[in-house]
Amino acid sequence: MYRSPQGRMLGGVAHGLAVHLGLPVSWVRVAFVLLFFAQGIGGLLYAAFWFVVPIGIGEPAQRGGTHWVYVNGAFVPASPWQGGGPAGAELSKGGRRGGWIGRLREVLQHALQGEPAVAAGDAVGGPADAAGTGTGTGAASRSQRQGGLGQLAALVMLVIGVIALLNALNVQTAKPYTWPLLAIGVGVALVWRQADDSRWQRWFGLEEGNRRRGAYTRVGAGVLLVVAGTIAFLATQGSGSTIGSVVEASLAVLAGVLVLVGPYALRMWQDLGAERTARIRAQERAEIAAHVHDSVLHTLTLIQRRAEDPKEVLRLARAQERELRLWLYRPEAVAEAAPDTMAESLRAVVAEVEDRHGVPVELVIVGDCPMDERITAQMQAAREATVNAAKYGGGGPVQVYAEVEGRTVMVFVRDHGPGFDPDTVPEDRMGVRESILGRMKRNGGTARVRPAPDGGTEVELEMERSDD
Amino acid sequence: MTEAAPTGVSPAGEPGRTARVVLVDDHRMFRTGVRAEIGRTEATGIDVVGEADDVESAVRVVAETRPDVVLLDVHLPGGGGVEVLRRSAGLMGEQGGVKFLALSVSDAAEDVIGVIRGGARGYVTKTITGTDLVNAIFRIADGDAVFSPRLAGFVLDAFAATDTPPVDEDLDRLTQREREVLRLIARGYAYKEIAKQLFISVKTVESHVSAVLRKLQLSNRHELTRWATARRLV
Repeated sequence: MYRSPQGRMLGGVAHGLAVHLGLPVSWVRVAFVLLFFAQGIGGLLYAAFWFVVPIGIGEPAQRGGTHWVYVNGAFVPASPWQGGGPAGAELSKGGRRGGWIGRLREVLQHALQGEPAVAAGDAVGGPADAAGTGTGTGAASRSQRQGGLGQLAALVMLVIGVIALLNALNVQTAKPYTWPLLAIGVGVALVWRQADDSRWQRWFGLEEGNRRRGAYTRVGAGVLLVVAGTIAFLATQGSGSTIGSVVEASLAVLAGVLVLVGPYALRMWQDLGAERTARIRAQERAEIAAHVHDSVLHTLTLIQRRAEDPKEVLRLARAQERELRLWLYRPEAVAEAAPDTMAESLRAVVAEVEDRHGVPVELVIVGDCPMDERITAQMQAAREATVNAAKYGGGGPVQVYAEVEGRTVMVFVRDHGPGFDPDTVPEDRMGVRESILGRMKRNGGTARVRPAPDGGTEVELEMERSDD
Repeated sequence: MTEAAPTGVSPAGEPGRTARVVLVDDHRMFRTGVRAEIGRTEATGIDVVGEADDVESAVRVVAETRPDVVLLDVHLPGGGGVEVLRRSAGLMGEQGGVKFLALSVSDAAEDVIGVIRGGARGYVTKTITGTDLVNAIFRIADGDAVFSPRLAGFVLDAFAATDTPPVDEDLDRLTQREREVLRLIARGYAYKEIAKQLFISVKTVESHVSAVLRKLQLSNRHELTRWATARRLV
């Protein structure tokens, strides 16, 4: 499973889990909220999922392409980026709930979430309900406002969860270091959330510049919270008296290190980027080189060696050109190389044999049918028969005829060579016996090898298509 | 895949026999090549009496020279080989008329079937050897049809698509024997091999082939449309 970056409140855990389990996301959220109150287990679980599960492109967008929002018992499509951000904020100003709540949310959104806050609606029945911030009742358009509120609510829920967790751990909220710990928690959540977002953006690069500021704000806020929380924690623990000098000293050291190492770090950072680009290029080049070596270079060597044989050179060049063209211009065709009808398959077989053995093969196909296991076996047998005809057929044209009549597929392979008697073939020669006769028999068909009336040999392959 | 020679038995260049031939092709190089290959009358018995490079000149030259056989390219400026056939229909008679042999680089089914329905007596591709072409020309001149294996395949295909016609179209269907003959041609058998295989005479094989050709030319428009639709040609 993956955490879902679309329509999430915090880390997309609930969303990912919902998609994974095939449940409505609101159920998962309610479950988390309920678990929050069960001694904070919900918070722990959520954190664990957030930590372990990667944010993903592995999950398809929920329910087919668009993001769906659950409003009043029905799923309605919504843009994943709607809600939050300036648009959402403006809406809320004008909305019923305007006033100070709206303003506060707006400010918090900008500070905490950064610009266009991810995720829409889903507030109904979600954490927002439980947190008591109230949810609108209705229309899809209002889910925009609810989206922002939902995220806010989610953050609040996280805080409540952490408090509940602390309570469960027998730490009284009254104790002075609770709040610093809380601040640290929220800060960490913020930074992590931002890490997710930047990864998400790298995949689906939206306009960078605008969002980057928000991202820095968020990371800054998170770091600030963590630092402040840590200092406050230390202070309340009684080491407050020395904290001032410690911070001073730390800052001094940090500044010194920055001044000394800064340029190197910067250079290193740039080098890293350059090196990455170079590595990607090198990989690509290696792949192309490997391919060219395997095919083109190989062929050119062969051509040099057989320069005095124009027929052979022609054959090699033709085969190589076809292969290279396919590889360069239709890579997807190479990937899905397996043909899916009998005619296509036989054409490929014939072309390959023709190229490899330099003997013209004349192919006539009447009718066509989809491939199945038996026909595949028949095509393999036909291939072997054609190769034999090309090798031993005296160099004359090989004739291949295939016909689909009803459920029967017949293939005839004929050469004009000296012909041969199947009974005189030594036991250890497996070509005809195993690859043609045996293979056809094993797959429920029949094969016959017989001399053609005016010299040469004809192989007849008959196969019934399997029932579909 | 290379088009092999149409498999036939007519002896090429019988002593004293000649056939008057007109070449129709829009590529001068190709006409020159064919003329050099087959036009040595003393050796091959072929007398090239005219050349043409588009529909207009082809119709004119054929009408003027009245050759035994016209070697007709399928793709021509001015409407193609089919147009030449249409406008020369009056010259094609059973006995002594002008006969057409299509000679094309194309081995597309619609080209082949098109010129055959237009009245061509055979179809060979340009990869054919000179000897085989001479053979084919004499067979055509004798009134036979030249069925290359590929053409036989197309014909079987065309008739297979209309395999369950109403009873009154029985006339246009291939008989079992004709189908057998075509299948053997498609499998690469020469006419005399077919005769041996089916225990009939070569003459009978040739008459079967001619019957197939006639049915192909006669089979009605309805069938042709259905066949073409089934192959997404229209």
